[in-house]
Amino acid sequence: MAMSDRFLPLSHHPERATSETAPTKAVLIAVAGLFLGAILFFPLVTVFIEALRKGWGTLFGTFADPDTLAAIRLTLLVAAIAVPFNAAVGLAASWAIAKFEFRGKNLLLTLIDLPFSISPVISGLVYVLLFGAQGWLGPWLDQHNIHIIFAVPGIVLATVLVTFPFVARELIPLMQSQGTSEEEAALMLGASGWYTFLKVTLPNVKWALLYGVLLCNARAMGEFGAVSVVSGHIRGLTNTMPLHIEILYNDYNFVGAFAVASLLAGLALVTLLAKTFLEWRFAGELAATSRRH
Amino acid sequence: MSFLPSSLRQPSALPGFGLALGFTLAALSLIVLIPLAALVLRAASIGPADFFAIARDPRTLAALRLSFGTALIAALVNTVFGLLIAWVLVRYRFPGRRIIDAAVDLPFALPTAVAGISMAAIYAPNGPIGSIAQQFGLKIAYTPLGIVLALVFIGLPFVVRTVQPVLEEVESDIEEASALLGASRLRTVFQVVLPHVYPALLTGFALAFARGVGEYGSVIFIAGNIPLVSEIAPLLIVIKLEEFDYGGATVIATLMLAISFAMLFLINAIQGWSRTKHGNV
Repeated sequence: MAMSDRFLPLSHHPERATSETAPTKAVLIAVAGLFLGAILFFPLVTVFIEALRKGWGTLFGTFADPDTLAAIRLTLLVAAIAVPFNAAVGLAASWAIAKFEFRGKNLLLTLIDLPFSISPVISGLVYVLLFGAQGWLGPWLDQHNIHIIFAVPGIVLATVLVTFPFVARELIPLMQSQGTSEEEAALMLGASGWYTFLKVTLPNVKWALLYGVLLCNARAMGEFGAVSVVSGHIRGLTNTMPLHIEILYNDYNFVGAFAVASLLAGLALVTLLAKTFLEWRFAGELAATSRRH
Repeated sequence: MSFLPSSLRQPSALPGFGLALGFTLAALSLIVLIPLAALVLRAASIGPADFFAIARDPRTLAALRLSFGTALIAALVNTVFGLLIAWVLVRYRFPGRRIIDAAVDLPFALPTAVAGISMAAIYAPNGPIGSIAQQFGLKIAYTPLGIVLALVFIGLPFVVRTVQPVLEEVESDIEEASALLGASRLRTVFQVVLPHVYPALLTGFALAFARGVGEYGSVIFIAGNIPLVSEIAPLLIVIKLEEFDYGGATVIATLMLAISFAMLFLINAIQGWSRTKHGNV
């Protein structure tokens, strides 16, 4: 009983025996709130304060700059390729993994998650080693005048690699929990494989798919490290929005940098709102996976 | 369509296995596996003498020490505060709880470069918090302390979101039993409730740590990037690439991956060991 001597009883009231006292609760909530306020809210609010430091005119002026517009266009283009591609991979992977039993499944799951445990900079580096001027395929690409590194294809590839697992890991556990009985019933009733997938499987996972797409898109539009390595930072050509922020910041154009940042912060807020709405409205259809990332 | 020998999979009434797995494997190979193999092959082709010359370079060692050290401290901070936040969100009902719950995911949604310039502005000597710290003789931005703060931001949701669902699952009857047997509240929390959460807490720590080691965007703006002092390993890779020193970049990347995987393996081993020792809690 030596241990209990060190812990003084907080309360002798039996109804409080499985909860903390009100003052303890208040202190814990206050500490959590202060920590989140300082670490999360303050940086978010600062983005908008700094963006508006010189008024709305300067803010909008940044978005009239052709380089900024080119960066926005490139970010949208990259996301428009990377997100649908990874959604397709996520659907294919979850169909194979959740609906069938085969050897090596755990290895496949581990490999799909692999990009999460690699530094974004390394995700960019591997493509430089493959396609760069001194890379394995560099000389051949150069002869055929194909540009991947320091060009848009490299940016797309690096973004696809970094966001590879997002959709798959939302869909796989959900489809696993749903089993195969509904699909089997549709096939028995004479539906084709594609029809079964489109009319039975897809409606069952549509909210989880949207959830995965949302997270995938946020990361695709915001990716910095991997894209930075392969981009070459050519203004108006290979600059995405996050890279443009870096360039403006290093030019001491802080208002410009925070103006572009505020657009991405707005996107982050919309993502969080939509994500929270999906978790609240369709909690059951996202399964227990909504908490995992 | 199936190109796998039939012994590798069990029969199923559903079609499309070959197409789905084929597409998945093709995408996985082209996007992830072949590029990573290019890194490993490149590292293997460098030769042990050159490899160790780069690995033992003081600048390489300082960058690796900084990246792993700051990630470790940040992950420890996040383990403590992440557990506290998960506890508060799961156990207590108070105004604003839903907003706080949603906001925990902000670091997942906010691009790292945005967080980076914002934190640099806050903690710089002329920033709102940096100027106050300056009066107490404390420099935050452009020092390893600033790096730790950026990594705390990035890693926090990993701990909260790993611990939260496990904490929700803890049955209240074990707490009642503990209280009825005369244990104090503190003892019930630390010896009855939290042991259920420790494996998840360790997983959250590992995820936050792994993310912190490789983090680049949120760190470089606040770090100051002084060689041997505040230059993180991912930045050194970028610098080597800008100097077209592919070999140097490859060696540092290989070391980072090797140390990261070794640590994740160690953490998995600890979890397996604790499971066999304490039962599957």
